[in-house]
Amino acid sequence: PGLLSVAYLIGSVTFIIGLKMLSHPASARKGNLVAAAGMFIAIIGTIFLYEEGGTKLGNYGWIFSGLAIGAVVGVIAARKVKMTAMPEMVSLFNGMGGACAMLISIVEFNHMAHTPPIDLSGLKGEGWAADLLRSAIEGLAPALDMQVHGGGTLLIILLGLIIGTVSFAGSIIAWGKLNGRIKDFAFNGQHIVNLLVLAVVVVLSAYMLFNINEGYHAEASGSFQLDGAIVTCFYIVLALSVLYGVLFVMPIGGADMPVVISLLNSFTGVAAACGGFLYDNPVMLTGGILVGSAGTILTILMCKAMNRSLKNVLIGSFGGAKTGG
Amino acid sequence: MTAILEFLQLHIEMVYIVILSVFLGIEVISRVPSVLHTPLMSGANAIHGVVIIGAIIVMGKAESDNYLALILGFLAVILGTLNVVGGFVVTDRMLEMFKKKK
Repeated sequence: PGLLSVAYLIGSVTFIIGLKMLSHPASARKGNLVAAAGMFIAIIGTIFLYEEGGTKLGNYGWIFSGLAIGAVVGVIAARKVKMTAMPEMVSLFNGMGGACAMLISIVEFNHMAHTPPIDLSGLKGEGWAADLLRSAIEGLAPALDMQVHGGGTLLIILLGLIIGTVSFAGSIIAWGKLNGRIKDFAFNGQHIVNLLVLAVVVVLSAYMLFNINEGYHAEASGSFQLDGAIVTCFYIVLALSVLYGVLFVMPIGGADMPVVISLLNSFTGVAAACGGFLYDNPVMLTGGILVGSAGTILTILMCKAMNRSLKNVLIGSFGGAKTGG
Repeated sequence: MTAILEFLQLHIEMVYIVILSVFLGIEVISRVPSVLHTPLMSGANAIHGVVIIGAIIVMGKAESDNYLALILGFLAVILGTLNVVGGFVVTDRMLEMFKKKK
């Protein structure tokens, strides 16, 4: 575990240095390699050193074949793509990252639906002794096949799901627009529909968060199971997030796509950071948040370079007013 | 709600990391010339591929009879790897072109 922490530390530091070098013309290419090397170390470290509750990871066959397939396809796709089609390729890869965050949330939710929470709300004490007790219980929970803080964990899972899915769906639409497969599409009152979709997502999420701890019932077999209503809510939120991602990007003009891709890029960063919270994983957290904040600033800088405001790009096209770029 | 507050309390170091990283990200990027916007976006895209680590953990923890977790985890590993590997290679190609032009 100590060695893994060092690997994660190296990963986090290389991401920072890599981003810094990427923002200077002379060092940009090296910066990319530095970040890639840090990523490699973090991935290898995770595969061989990660353990939870004393057990190491299994399924090495699956992990390595997944890595191999992804790496081969990724290298071929990235090498073959024409220079002019680079932005759409970036958008596609960004969508893959968003989909990855989405899948992680789905699996973790399913895991959660079968493991009842330990309720710590009775443990009201302040100070180091109470904190120690809380962290001891939290540390023991996986071994007991239980979990602590249903609400907090669910919040992180939901954030990862919503942000990752919006980024995935939006990136695929942006990719389709850049290669001409998808045309601009807007209807009157679209921003109201968008807000409605978002409001339903928030309401359903809040419902789940407030009911998660009371939402378990015992099955005849003796195992615990989350109520159907909450599980259904989860998948409705998933579907609405796809819809929101599509509706969000659809009306935006083709010339503004790079700005949108940059924005979705920072979304995926935040989704990755949710994974960092979920697994107490510092490299996912720093990497994700760095991209989230740097990506947001980059989005604003890109708008400025095009002499447009972000608000203009995102809202300007609603109601039929076309964006020129 | 108390559960969420407790979650925050237990993860307070991470909350600090988040806040510091936000400012660090802004600071690191703020003086990038506009020619580097697209490569930087692409490089950042590759970096958020760290989400692959979550996919590896999901995959590695999946019980061998839990087909949903196995299949979704496997897909997640593939997609995450695409993001990481493709992202870094595309960025490298962009910057290679940039160097030739200079």
